[in-house]
Amino acid sequence: MVWLICPIVMRKIINIETQEVIPEDTDVLVLQAIPKSKKPPACAMKILREAKTIFVECGRPVGLIAEISLAEFDDVYRGQSLNEKDTPVPGIAQRADALALFAVTLGQGVHDQINELFEVKELALGSMLDSVASAAAEKAADIAERNFMDLLKAKGVGGVDIVVMRYSPGYCGWHVSGQKKLFQFLRPEDIGIRLRESFLMEPLKSVSGVVVAGKPEIHLIKDHYPFCSTCETHSCQERVGSLIHSKEDAD
Amino acid sequence: MDFVPEISKALQAGNSEAVASLVKQAIDDEMPPGEVLDKGLIAGMNVIGDKYKNHEIFLPEVLLAAKAMYEGMDVLKPMFLKDGIPTLGRVVIGTVRGDIHDIGKNLVVIMLRGAGFDVVDLGKDVPPKKFIDVAVEKKAGVIGMSALLTTTMPVMKEVVEYLRKEGLTNKIKTIIGGAPVSSDYARHIGADAYAYDSMNAVECIKKLIPVK
Repeated sequence: MVWLICPIVMRKIINIETQEVIPEDTDVLVLQAIPKSKKPPACAMKILREAKTIFVECGRPVGLIAEISLAEFDDVYRGQSLNEKDTPVPGIAQRADALALFAVTLGQGVHDQINELFEVKELALGSMLDSVASAAAEKAADIAERNFMDLLKAKGVGGVDIVVMRYSPGYCGWHVSGQKKLFQFLRPEDIGIRLRESFLMEPLKSVSGVVVAGKPEIHLIKDHYPFCSTCETHSCQERVGSLIHSKEDAD
Repeated sequence: MDFVPEISKALQAGNSEAVASLVKQAIDDEMPPGEVLDKGLIAGMNVIGDKYKNHEIFLPEVLLAAKAMYEGMDVLKPMFLKDGIPTLGRVVIGTVRGDIHDIGKNLVVIMLRGAGFDVVDLGKDVPPKKFIDVAVEKKAGVIGMSALLTTTMPVMKEVVEYLRKEGLTNKIKTIIGGAPVSSDYARHIGADAYAYDSMNAVECIKKLIPVK
């Protein structure tokens, strides 16, 4: 944990422009169950454009990131002791150069607008806006990751070959109840995110978790854990693959 | 003019205005409202359902058709004031306690109504007993439950167990859905069915409620 030698612990609110998180069309259409291999119908593209316009008007993305020590993260990760027995995140964290907790949200306005569209029976538009927001929330989380990376570079932590990758409660064996301790440490209430008793975040279009900075290979995991069988996406493999390849391209 | 195929065609094209106008014309032409509903609107939605199942169309097209269905229904509603709109059966549905994700549940509601079911939508964050109380009060044949969190899935089990305890499982069937839910989980908790998407929910509920 190289960052332990850097005594100033960072906690930072990240102001995000709505334009920065507008998702790619393909990322939204996949969430509408339109495969990348299929040509989307013209009506879907028209609705998508309209949904993006509404999103620009009502989205208020903002993020928060705070460095955390390995010992502190161990405690956060342990949460309510409901995690799966064997999970990859603790091992990855141990080999990291630095860790930070993060949370991002698109604000309550998007959620309200989606509900309103459904109420007035603009069903296709409401559903499309929901997909736009889901994809945008992931882009906001990408921005939080990049912010942490920039900070580490500024502090000279980790060398030139480090990459960052995020993990969230509710995935990869990290029980969603881990949100409780994550919230206690990070205090995302400061950017308008609340945690319900069921560990669900409000506004709904919010993402939280840990950003792990380190060499690309620390993130290499095999998706053979028992909980991987119930994972629909196995997106970890794609994400790790893209990290490795981007590093190779840079080299 | 034979309005029925035109209504069905306009609905499949997601043309809400045309559907409303054609339904009005059909009624003015003294076509029975029940026929307009069954052979025009519901028949059109059935075609949409089949095309979606066969991956010929996608979700936005289904939802445009559903909106057109609602527009047509709005015209017909006053005609059914005395006896109510004929339905395939009544379904009580909601997102379970602790969970406020409701987009998936809303899509199921839309598709069920489009298929001709009477749906009592309890919304989100619904306590287990409320599902049962409302289902008994409204004489519903099916309770539909949605959950997006592993932490809220056990509420579904509570509902099924309560129904069993009250001896209601013969009268009220249960169906569950949502990202963390599976057919295995449905079997595990004793739910009668699991639906993987909104169209599949319609198919499953048609099997749970015998056709009158």
